[in-house]
Amino acid sequence: MKFLKLKSLVLLALFVASIPLVFMSLSGCTSKKSKQDKIIIWHWMTDRKDALDSLAEQYFTQTGVRVEFKLFFPPDVYASKVIAAGRAKNLPDIFGILGEKKTFASFIKAGHILNLTPYMTENLGAWQNRFYEPTLAVTTFKEKNNYSVPSGVYGVPVDTTMMQFVYNRDILTKAGLDPEAAPVTFEDFFSQAKKIKEILGIDAFVCGWGETWLLNALATEWAINLMGEEKFQRTINGEVAYTDQAWITVFSLFARLRDSGFLPTNIVTMTNKEAEDAFSKGKAAFSFNGSWSVNVYKQKNPDLNYSFFPIPKVSGIYPAKIWGGAGSSFMVNANTAYKDKAIAFLKWLTSKEQQQFLIRETNNFPSIKECEETLPPILKTLKPNLEVLTHPDVWDKNEDSRVLEVMNRGLQQILLGIKNPQDVAEEIQKVKERISKR
Amino acid sequence: MIQETFKDKLVNFSFVFPAFLIFSIFYIYPFFYIFILSFQEYDLISSPVFVGLQNFREVLFSGTPWWDSMWWNSVRNGVFITFCALTFQNFLAFALALAVDRVVRLNRFYRVVFFLLPVLSEVIIGLLMKQLLAGEPIGRGVLNQIFNNIGLSGFTHNWLGTNSVLFVTALVHCWKGFGWAFIIFLAGLQSIPEQLYEAARIDGASAYQSFSKITIPLLMPVLTLIIVLTMLGTMQTFAMIFALTGGAGGLTEVPVMLIFNHIKSNQAGLACAEGVVLGIMLVFVSFLMFFVSKKIREKYGVLSN
Repeated sequence: MKFLKLKSLVLLALFVASIPLVFMSLSGCTSKKSKQDKIIIWHWMTDRKDALDSLAEQYFTQTGVRVEFKLFFPPDVYASKVIAAGRAKNLPDIFGILGEKKTFASFIKAGHILNLTPYMTENLGAWQNRFYEPTLAVTTFKEKNNYSVPSGVYGVPVDTTMMQFVYNRDILTKAGLDPEAAPVTFEDFFSQAKKIKEILGIDAFVCGWGETWLLNALATEWAINLMGEEKFQRTINGEVAYTDQAWITVFSLFARLRDSGFLPTNIVTMTNKEAEDAFSKGKAAFSFNGSWSVNVYKQKNPDLNYSFFPIPKVSGIYPAKIWGGAGSSFMVNANTAYKDKAIAFLKWLTSKEQQQFLIRETNNFPSIKECEETLPPILKTLKPNLEVLTHPDVWDKNEDSRVLEVMNRGLQQILLGIKNPQDVAEEIQKVKERISKR
Repeated sequence: MIQETFKDKLVNFSFVFPAFLIFSIFYIYPFFYIFILSFQEYDLISSPVFVGLQNFREVLFSGTPWWDSMWWNSVRNGVFITFCALTFQNFLAFALALAVDRVVRLNRFYRVVFFLLPVLSEVIIGLLMKQLLAGEPIGRGVLNQIFNNIGLSGFTHNWLGTNSVLFVTALVHCWKGFGWAFIIFLAGLQSIPEQLYEAARIDGASAYQSFSKITIPLLMPVLTLIIVLTMLGTMQTFAMIFALTGGAGGLTEVPVMLIFNHIKSNQAGLACAEGVVLGIMLVFVSFLMFFVSKKIREKYGVLSN
């Protein structure tokens, strides 16, 4: 009996002792790291998986340094994984961050991200000067920024993204419209879309407005065009109310779209993938999407005959801005033992040959200036946008996420016809005031 | 009686210890941690900042009037779907369980068929139903296409439109969920001894009397269980609705969706406060339900367990 008890106790002790080992192996705290002979990179870009893997192989051939890209998908899962890894201090050598600049700043303040300024500025800023300025601005923190982050460049953009309108040239022709004369103003767009609906009976405009950030991007572009960037920023600072007539006019544009009859009935439950699918199959004449859609449309329908155009202007007083900047960026883990190798790889990745390779393989607009001759014609048309890019990540102050939540919800409710622009403006202002009081 | 020594107690406890350790790490610690976080502002990366009851005020009283807020709107939607599940879903499950209980042939076949839906992923159901109701042609869906093709264009409808989206979401939820209630009801029905019905028949009881005096009272514990599980499950439903409508501008937003969105936007403190409020509401409703059920069982003279 005693022997049995002793045996049980020994078994129990072994079991208890094994628990920490299980945890250690699960959290990656084994000796694996010390034996690591390659740079590990985490990313979420399914569309670039093959291209990045191929670049990793090329890099090994050229330098003898192994690089492994690890894909985690969908983006929500990836974002959670990076946050969890940050908390567990188990981030890879290089990784990307999905989310607002506030999240990016929190990672920096927690000591997870290396300040790349010394590497960017060495050799008279050779690396830094490669990039388009608005693209690099997304991963840069200015002096005395509102995030309390020491100024510097903290990420390496691998592409540039731009949110704008796109139209199907064949549909415009079928509707008797000139495909060379893309709408310039909101009224042009509205009348063309109405005509397409009347003549062809198809939904003239699709967008994944089930994903509220797409609504927010368009509302921001229209707001900046209507009231100017300075007044827009003053709203964020709390000096201009959301009940200001200019904001109500912006929200009213969505009410006009709702009443137009040319939107699909399910536009507020539509995902961006569904909208991309509909547009690429020629089931809608217009869409609002990012420059990444060039690759999506090519994969879905290589024969799609389409062009981009800047947002239909709602005012001639202020310039129209385009929501954009760095699409995907990589950050270097401040605590990695392979800092120099990681930086050397990122320099290589953002050099001309590799960026040209990525353009050919993935049809994304590059982050560096030197490869314009490689751009396919459709991407070349986007180049002038670089002059007018804007993004919440480059503003001095960004709107509180709770205010944005109410605004995005309100825009969906306007599109559903359950709220009017005035009510939505008042709701946003109430939340803004409540948050400002804290 | 053998006196238990300290050593015996220690040995006994040592057997429980591994389970206790795992339970503590994965259940008790997270539970208290969520409670602590609900009093803090926390973006999941920086250090949390204590904000007192601010998150709870934000959840409960941020609307003007207080019930006109995202949280209470999501609770109202959750309650509506729960009401549909308690009535339509459970009635359907009970009716089918009664029918299958009487059918001897193909009994197992029906059990398998009705239990297929709960086994399927909620996301798959949501995406399939989205295609059916609002897929191709864009926004009008396969179902409307079918109605048009068979000459029933009068039945076409914007199923996921403003007026019907919540009701349709509730129906899909009920359709997906009736299978498990069916299985529990069937098990409950099959546990009632046949002799009771035979004795009732000999005493001249009608079918309705047998049903109301034997079946219903003896099923009361099962019914209570199903009601509580339906309420807990439906108030916490999320994946199917997320895949089907994504919230539809708040029209189908349920509490867990709101919590998910706040976690996604790194407002972990607020999300935890919402989780705590939802948890308290569900615990309260569950206890209330057990209390009511106990009273009903006492009234019917059924032994309470």
